[in-house]
Amino acid sequence: MKDWRVKDWRYWLAEQRGTLLALGIFIVMFVIYTSNHPAGFTANVVQTAANKGVLLAFVAMAQTLVVITAGIDLSVGMIFLLTNCLASWLVVGTPMQTALGVIAVLAVGLLCGAINGAIVIYGRLQPIVATIATGAVYYGIGLLLRPFPGGSVNEDLADALTGRVFGVVPASIVVLLVIVLVIWVPFSRSVLGRAAYAAGSSETAAYMSGVPIRRGKFAAYTLAGLLAAIGGLFLTFFTYTGEAAYASGNSYTLFSIAAVVLGGVSLFGGKGSAIGAIFGALAFRTIGDLLFVFDFDPLWQPLFQGVILLVAVSLGAFALFRVRNRLEWFL
Amino acid sequence: MSETTLGGIAGRMPRFIRRADPAVLTAFACIVLLLFLGSLYSRSFLSPEYLLQQLKVASFLGVIATGMMLVILLGQIDLSVPWAVAAGAMMACAAAAYGPVGVALAIPFGILCGMLIGVVNGIGVAYLRIPSMIITLATNAVAQGLMVVYTGGFSPQDSATGAMRYLATGFTIPGVPNAVIIWALIGAAMVFVLTRTSFGRTVYGIGNRERAAYLSGIDTRRVVMIAFAVSGGLSAFGGVLLAGYASKAAQSMGDAYLLPSIAAVVLGGTSILGGRGSYLGTVAGVILITLLQSILSVMQMPEAGRQIIYGVVIVAMLLLYGRAPASR
Repeated sequence: MKDWRVKDWRYWLAEQRGTLLALGIFIVMFVIYTSNHPAGFTANVVQTAANKGVLLAFVAMAQTLVVITAGIDLSVGMIFLLTNCLASWLVVGTPMQTALGVIAVLAVGLLCGAINGAIVIYGRLQPIVATIATGAVYYGIGLLLRPFPGGSVNEDLADALTGRVFGVVPASIVVLLVIVLVIWVPFSRSVLGRAAYAAGSSETAAYMSGVPIRRGKFAAYTLAGLLAAIGGLFLTFFTYTGEAAYASGNSYTLFSIAAVVLGGVSLFGGKGSAIGAIFGALAFRTIGDLLFVFDFDPLWQPLFQGVILLVAVSLGAFALFRVRNRLEWFL
Repeated sequence: MSETTLGGIAGRMPRFIRRADPAVLTAFACIVLLLFLGSLYSRSFLSPEYLLQQLKVASFLGVIATGMMLVILLGQIDLSVPWAVAAGAMMACAAAAYGPVGVALAIPFGILCGMLIGVVNGIGVAYLRIPSMIITLATNAVAQGLMVVYTGGFSPQDSATGAMRYLATGFTIPGVPNAVIIWALIGAAMVFVLTRTSFGRTVYGIGNRERAAYLSGIDTRRVVMIAFAVSGGLSAFGGVLLAGYASKAAQSMGDAYLLPSIAAVVLGGTSILGGRGSYLGTVAGVILITLLQSILSVMQMPEAGRQIIYGVVIVAMLLLYGRAPASR
């Protein structure tokens, strides 16, 4: 009996290794960050860091869902931009109007994700090309909505969601937690979530076992759109405006992939969790901001982030040392 | 069943049509359709000057797409194109600031920088076995970071050398822009390499099944690495030409070439999974994309509309003939 428990514990550890590693990196980086920050470990510093980190965390969660199915979504950054632009039009006015606006924005995100899913799964196109193309469409629509930066948002709601709960806990972290509990946990435990994992791990085997892989993958793409939309909504709450900046959308897509890799999600599919990706996102943001507390020229930030990304993706290469048969190099 | 009827119809057609890839034919048909639609809008669409001008604009994309095609044939992808283009342009212009030697070496230096980016990609993909999509995104970010640090975040002040301008805008043969000649030369070299050398056949082999290529005694990792280096070099050369065309380099000059170069290759019938495709298709894809862009800009379509139409057209055409097989 006791033996069983030890084994269970070991399995759990092996399964969560990536997530725990990301958590570890994040904690170490955050300690370095706050201990060198001129203001130190105060509620204000944590709140700002949380607000910035949560934006990327939502996009990284979206990316995770798709990556688990062994696909990739290069349009997440553009869905994020599009919903930001839309929210700067709709999420205004009375509480009722605001609520309807939020629902509309989330619905658009769902729709974008569903379009990606339909094209990739039922249209049988490669995810890379399909999502680059749909990303161009989403960016174009965002640009139509906001040719110039502007718009507004219901500031009461925005301040409530980017402020602090009880004066201590950043509200954005609470929202992130709620989203994890409402979307990720049920999805990963449902049949569809299992199907998404199975499809990423071995599509043929999953198909032969009668797993509903198509529905699972479709659900993953659709929910990815929803999560990217939540991120876009938060960006609006954070900046009070909508802006269709091509470079910003591209960098969110790029950073989401970096966060996913840091968070221990396998890019070959079937392995990892959105929780890991969240810690990966928070860690990535903290590392990027380290430059500021050490008083470097902000010009170095893109290079610094690029190098981190390069190192992070190269770390995966260590798995090569465990390969005994050279043929396993070639997937 | 449909295959037999198709074969029956095709059997009565001339040999060159029978042998041609349906995707390439579709792409060329779309070019004709676009020209027809354009000529309805404005008569000057069919004038030789306009067509030659389009060919010149297409040649920049053509050079970049040539490298992209080589990588896609391997079943990989190169997403470092934007900053390989910009790095090539900026470094060539930067070299020009260092006296006559710098001016003379500007073009090779720019290409060398692009090849360096490509080599990093190649090492990552071939030896470290990192998915190409990821490592090329990362090197793109690093190249961007380096260029931002180098230029201080602004467009560099150095301007293109006379040689770069001559290559991009001059005329060696009257009536034919140099850029078109360069594309033709690079294209001819590519066709030769792909169809007449063992390197080219290996590229197709790796794209079909790397394991099988490896087992038949080919050093597949070296081939993959060379292909990425060539792709980086060609992207940078495209950047050098663009800098010559605009007579200076700019921060985000490469952004507009990533999607078009992938789209041109894929629309030309090259399988994104690798191992299948012809250079003729890529030529068709490049011309198709350039004409589409040109028509949209002649119609004074705003940037937003252009992006939307662009994405929709690519998805629609891929749905027509770029789908993966249904059977598992």
